[in-house]
Amino acid sequence: MRFGFFPGCSQEGSSREYQESLREVASRLGIELAEIPDWNCCGATAAHTLNHRLALALPARTLALAEQAGLDEVVVPCSACYNRLAGTRHELLHDEALRQQITDIIEMNWHGATRILNVLEWLNRVAGELPGHVSAPFGHRVACYYGCYLTRPKALAACRRIEDPIEMDELVRAVGAEPIRWAYKVECCGAGLSVSRTESVARLSERIVSDAVERGAEAIVVACPMCHTNLDLRRDAILAAAPPGGRSRLASIPVLYISQVIGLAMGVSPRPLGLHRHHVPVRLSAAPPSVAPVAPGEGEE
Amino acid sequence: MSAPVKHADGTAGLAEAVAAATGESVFNCYQCGKCTAGCPLAEEMDLAPNQVLRLLQLGQPGMDEEVLGSLSIWLCLTCEQCSTRCPQEVDIPKITDWLRQESQRRGVANKKAKAILAFHKSFLDTIRRGGRLHEVGLITTFKLRTWRLFQDVLVAPKLLARGKLSILPHRIEGHAGVKRIFERCEAEPANPAHKGDQA
Repeated sequence: MRFGFFPGCSQEGSSREYQESLREVASRLGIELAEIPDWNCCGATAAHTLNHRLALALPARTLALAEQAGLDEVVVPCSACYNRLAGTRHELLHDEALRQQITDIIEMNWHGATRILNVLEWLNRVAGELPGHVSAPFGHRVACYYGCYLTRPKALAACRRIEDPIEMDELVRAVGAEPIRWAYKVECCGAGLSVSRTESVARLSERIVSDAVERGAEAIVVACPMCHTNLDLRRDAILAAAPPGGRSRLASIPVLYISQVIGLAMGVSPRPLGLHRHHVPVRLSAAPPSVAPVAPGEGEE
Repeated sequence: MSAPVKHADGTAGLAEAVAAATGESVFNCYQCGKCTAGCPLAEEMDLAPNQVLRLLQLGQPGMDEEVLGSLSIWLCLTCEQCSTRCPQEVDIPKITDWLRQESQRRGVANKKAKAILAFHKSFLDTIRRGGRLHEVGLITTFKLRTWRLFQDVLVAPKLLARGKLSILPHRIEGHAGVKRIFERCEAEPANPAHKGDQA
């Protein structure tokens, strides 16, 4: 199998372990990820905040390049990049005049041929291949954190249930983990205010980490570099925002990308999955799996 | 969109401009407050999301200006919680993006939003130069814009040690094309439908 691939900027830098682990998992499943040639930044929050046209033109250039390269489907691991690329595609396909304006700006043709897949959509597509590859089931209780852009807005949502999505829960169950029920699956971590308003981000992220810990999760699983940055790299700020009594309990819960969880369950060693790059060390006991792996779709809801 | 876009007395204001640019009518909102109940940052805002819509609905003297000068429009995370839950399907984040841009055009952005704006501008600066985000360049520019020279000085070495920071920017082959995209997008108002509607 072959899919187009848009890594996104943060996966070339501060979240490179997400790309490393995704590529590791893909290659073990025999899937080729073909990077869009010369892709550019999606514009992220900055572009849609400051210039609507730029927020469409930047993703449109990348979409046009993917089309030129003959890629039918492109996997976009970052939720925010996914939102911008899939959102631009949606907006341009529904507004002919706008599409003309934007293709003039980028000086490229674009017909909307390439579909954009977010990471859960893609992993669930290839999940049928997983059972044969699971050699070290991930026997831990985990909190699957979806954040904003995997379930919202409705027009782009990759999950069937907006308030209580289960797609990531099904994936972790398929590799032997036990997803917990909790309240903060789709609450925002503070996203793009991480640098400009760190205290706000710490306050929002503290609630997420606290709820996961209180309900007995041993790890938080994410599918977005911004969520990871805020829950992992900003942990010291989260601790400072927590009530004094409960800080120590919040300090140690690690945050793993879904691709790292799957990789570990496939028996990949921590280093190629980039686990050493996390701020909060990933020290999960090698306890025997508490739950048997279940094929996707077979698990009880 | 069947909802009206003008005030009851027929006067045009920001509400009408919002509708022309975004296709969203603020008059669809019946003030149930669900947006504010779910907004993760409502408690830090000077105007709650439903209050922003209320001021636009009323459109009395000074209200449009209060909205454009509010901190709220800059705090919005575009998490889409409000629009997803809105029983009237008002796309508040879409309206908010336009309000931010209008606030910038009129030069009335809230002073407390200075760091947020500095971050967004620094971010776009690095894209304009190389086509992709360069995190070190972003943070350096942000610090110079805000004089927050010591922010995250303890975080940076950790990132560096873990191989997460590239000191030198990556420049894509099509960087000249990206620069032209910026020039074209910034040459005219971001929402051309709105030229000349300002009071």
